[in-house]
Amino acid sequence: MTAELTIPTQTSSKDDVVVHHRTWKDYFTFSSDHKVIGIQYFVTGFIFYIIGGLLAEAIRTELATPDADLVDPSTYNSMFTMHGTIMIFLWIVPAGTGAFANYLLPLMIGARDMAFPKLNAVAFWIIPPTGLMLMASFFLGPAQSGWTSYPPLSLLTGKVGEGIWIMSLLLLGTSSILGGINFFTTILKMRIPSMSMMQMPLFCWAMLATSLLMIISTPVLAGALILLSFDLIAGTAFFNPAGGGEPVVYQHMFWFYSHPAVYIMVLPFFGVISEVIPVHCRKPIFGYGAIAYSSMVISFLGLIVWAHHMFTSGTPPWLRMFFMITTMVIAVPTGIKIFGWLATMWGGKITLNSPMLFAMGFISTFVIGGITGVMLAAVPFDIHVHDTYFVVAHLHYVLFGGSVFGIYTGIYHWFPKVTGRHINDTWGKIHFALTYIGFNVTFLPMHVLGLQGMPRRIAMYAPEFQGLNQIITYASYVLAISTVPFLVNAIYCAYKGEPAGNNPWNALTLDWQTTSPPEIENFEVLPVLTTGPYDYGEEEEEEKELTAV
Amino acid sequence: MQGSISDKTQINIETDTHGSHHEAHPDFRIFGLIVFLVAEGMIFLGLFIAYLAFRSMAPEWPPAGTPKLELMLPGINTVILLSSSLVIHQADTAIKKNDVKGLQLWFGLTALMGIIFLGGQLYEYSHLEFGLRTNLFASTFYVLTGFHGLHVTVGVLLILSVLWRSMKPEHYGTQNHFGVEAAEIYWHFVDVIWVLLFILLYLL
Ligand code: HEM
Ligand SMILES: [Cu+2]
Repeated sequence: MTAELTIPTQTSSKDDVVVHHRTWKDYFTFSSDHKVIGIQYFVTGFIFYIIGGLLAEAIRTELATPDADLVDPSTYNSMFTMHGTIMIFLWIVPAGTGAFANYLLPLMIGARDMAFPKLNAVAFWIIPPTGLMLMASFFLGPAQSGWTSYPPLSLLTGKVGEGIWIMSLLLLGTSSILGGINFFTTILKMRIPSMSMMQMPLFCWAMLATSLLMIISTPVLAGALILLSFDLIAGTAFFNPAGGGEPVVYQHMFWFYSHPAVYIMVLPFFGVISEVIPVHCRKPIFGYGAIAYSSMVISFLGLIVWAHHMFTSGTPPWLRMFFMITTMVIAVPTGIKIFGWLATMWGGKITLNSPMLFAMGFISTFVIGGITGVMLAAVPFDIHVHDTYFVVAHLHYVLFGGSVFGIYTGIYHWFPKVTGRHINDTWGKIHFALTYIGFNVTFLPMHVLGLQGMPRRIAMYAPEFQGLNQIITYASYVLAISTVPFLVNAIYCAYKGEPAGNNPWNALTLDWQTTSPPEIENFEVLPVLTTGPYDYGEEEEEEKELTAV
Repeated sequence: MQGSISDKTQINIETDTHGSHHEAHPDFRIFGLIVFLVAEGMIFLGLFIAYLAFRSMAPEWPPAGTPKLELMLPGINTVILLSSSLVIHQADTAIKKNDVKGLQLWFGLTALMGIIFLGGQLYEYSHLEFGLRTNLFASTFYVLTGFHGLHVTVGVLLILSVLWRSMKPEHYGTQNHFGVEAAEIYWHFVDVIWVLLFILLYLL
């Protein structure tokens, strides 16, 4: 989808005004059009996803054997550090918030653009150079202390790389905060007058919750990184026990951001799923209010659970109790959403096309990731599997099974909106099958390895773990290859796909009530709400009655 | 790509869209600024809580042997900064009456007070008997006050840029004074942070 998404330029007969569509060159400019910026975020993110994915395959190739034979252990350390950092900060966060929210929010609420279009462009253009800088650190002695960068380890390994890592995260965090301000203001202030909060599509509610987290928690990470950079560069000892500092304070600050960050990475896709399921099941969403408010509850609870990452960091038992309980409570609003989706599907006229398959894939894998999350929230269990492959399995079930499946759901669903053309559904299904199988065979066995005690973040392991590791490595190749049919399909269909018309899914939200691709300022005439976002089924019922008569 | 348009038309349309949609809807910039300051506030809050955590984990605070902080100079500085908040508010009142001269007077005065504050802080730094690396207290002291000082500097620059723009006739008036208001809000924010900082570092 990198290249032009141009559709023949249309001339509206009415007043002979050229309805301008974007050419590929626009995507390389400091454009303030939210749709251009959305695509820019997505394509940039996807390029980083490929890089992060190649790193993952290198990690898996190394882990095919118990010895460190492909790369030496310190290179391995920097590989998983880079893999994690890229996947989170350059792929999921920019793709979820940057790409989907930018493209969809104004369309869904009937606005012509975001509240602060220039700021939006600034937020995006921070990302490519920062990503390149982070990549460059790979050749200058890269950071080795994982995506969490705990001191004192992070102060001892690869200074230059660590410095670049901190700088990159500060910049990416700034971009994220600016994005959050924009989303928050847009959702609250830019809706068409006829749309109340309770008539917003659920994606907007999800983004409202997400943007709050971006605004409140990201700055605390910045604070932690500022102190860490002083330790690294100026020789202070905030987090360095050798100089009287307290590394645990870093952990608290880091997780005060990074737990909410997991919701920044998944809430937008809760929103995507809530949009996709009613459309392809032709049924009103079950429990609109419950799903909307549960986003807000998740975002609030998400701010008070962070120390569940620190059960083994000397956290006092009473505090561990508190964080264990709050963490388990988060399962309730999350469960409400899942019940809402399943109840929507129940008895619906389900079309099993690619977006729906990915949505169902999302639910099934996210439920597993959610359950292992509750398991990990139990202090005794966490102490047992801490820093093992059980954690790696859990985090990929939510980040890959959740966020990445959510991204694909959204891509297949809004592809006709963005390009005006259909993406081939058969290849979409092949893509889904390969991804789903590859994903589960890669990550399911990691639970077992973790329970057996295989530690994470190390290039070598005990020989008895080799069998499962080899299966995982082969499956991870399948997972990598599954991206190829998607890419080919998407790029081909962006140019040559079957024309889709403006609203191929007969969806009711405002994003579908304009041309596909949407014209430059989204709507020729600002729309007026005539139905709720999910009032499906009624028109079909009427049709039935009519034919019966 | 069929039916392509010449580059010229494209550029025209570009400027056109820029021109129209930024003016079309009401101004949310103050709202955006306040949300931004909430985010900024969270950085400070994070740092303050880190400071309190370091303090509560230390056996003795400030660690034994830390020279006592002088209260006189920072006290005067606090008074200057606090009163500058009242001064800058006069500018707001002035511009709402379309009084550009008044705006310039009060903004100029505020900038001056900000610069005096910064000078006072630099003077204090140069006379302190501990350095950035002396101990945990010293490090937090310098980083917190330094980070705040950075914000004062940004605030002074904002004020100066408003002053610069106010030279253009009709740039600010009763109806259009976003820059004035933004600089004022930012300045109050910097002030509030200083009060908290002063209590934490000097008084507690
Ligand atoms: C092709 C798919 C992927 C494979 C095969 C894969 C594999 C791995 C493996 C084996 C590790 C553990 C390394 C170690 O602890 O020694 C890891 C860590 C990690 N992965 Fe992935 N991964 C994939 C995709 C993703 C995605 C999509 C994300 C999304 C955000 C992600 C995020 C992470 C994170 C955050 C870590 C932790 C890094 C650290 O310990 O600092 N991965 N991955
Ligand atoms: Cu967490």
